[in-house]
Amino acid sequence: MASLKELKDRIESVKSTQKITKAKKMVAAAKLRRAQMAAEAARPYAEQMEKVMGNLASKVTVDENSSKLLAGTGKNDTHLLVVATSDRGLCGAFNANIVKEAKVKAEALIAEGKKVQFYMVGRKGVPIIKRAYPGQILKHFDTSEAKTPGFEEAKAIAAELTALIEEGKFDVAHLFFGKFRSALVQEPTVQQIIPVALSDDAASEAGGAVDYEPDEEEILAELLPRNLTTQLFGALLENMASEQGASMTAMDNATRNAGDLIDNLTIVYNRSRQAAITTELIEIIAGAEAL
Amino acid sequence: MANLHFELVTPEKLVRSDDVFMVVVPGTEGDFGVLANHAPVMSTIRSGAELSVYATEGGSPETITVEGGFAEVNESGLTVLAEAVS
Repeated sequence: MASLKELKDRIESVKSTQKITKAKKMVAAAKLRRAQMAAEAARPYAEQMEKVMGNLASKVTVDENSSKLLAGTGKNDTHLLVVATSDRGLCGAFNANIVKEAKVKAEALIAEGKKVQFYMVGRKGVPIIKRAYPGQILKHFDTSEAKTPGFEEAKAIAAELTALIEEGKFDVAHLFFGKFRSALVQEPTVQQIIPVALSDDAASEAGGAVDYEPDEEEILAELLPRNLTTQLFGALLENMASEQGASMTAMDNATRNAGDLIDNLTIVYNRSRQAAITTELIEIIAGAEAL
Repeated sequence: MANLHFELVTPEKLVRSDDVFMVVVPGTEGDFGVLANHAPVMSTIRSGAELSVYATEGGSPETITVEGGFAEVNESGLTVLAEAVS
């Protein structure tokens, strides 16, 4: 059995781990509230944008001159998987889940004979993808500099994606991120971002005589990159909220586990201490009797 | 006369949502004023231009500078989607 000193050290070490997990949990809880508010505040813009896009896209005919963001490249060979993960760990299986979703999709695409490339946003997913698909990471967008991913980051990513499709580096892009359901539940989600996936009901709603200034094509051309940015921005915000939610849950579990461990260790410690005292007493009594 | 429902939205938040008398929108092809019951229009906005919001008829306008975006007028009012406001 471990000596008393060893047990004591163990208890101390678990206690300090518990302090860390507890602090991280509190931080995550505070950040979660802020991230959730940000995600909610961004919703009206995204909804409006989607409505307008639906209206417009149903009025414009797609031909070879239309933007690649709308029409695609006309091919379906290379798929770009944009995987958004967090920059920091200590958030349970959050990043692993997103990457897993991306891997499932990648395997399905490869099985169909398509080429798969990755565009990584955030630090945590990179090593896993690098190991599974060496040499297939097209780019890694570093978000670790920014404290909270904002519209500027989304804009930069959108610009890079647009440049990449203009160069013909890929034909279809899918976006992977953790959709925020609640602090307990985050859903890894796939969304096709290029070409724009339009829901049918949005298009059918369109109607009525609307004047367009300058005209439909030009507005659409202006709108498409902005729509992409909005989708990315929304995903980044959802991701942020999900990360904090996952982190909070994971850290809460860790704190509780540490507590259980401390309790068990304390019992073992006290038992050994008593055993040591009993042994000592027996030795003294036996010594006295021998005299 | 009924008031115009005016909403100004940026990606970060809903900046304004209230009923006003008139809004003058700096469209790419020229400024236009929007009153209540305006015909449906969609227009892009000159970046860095000023929106003038008239809360009441004959009142002095309140100006809001908007960066990039577009305006949509439909039955429910005027919605301006901007990338940034100041």
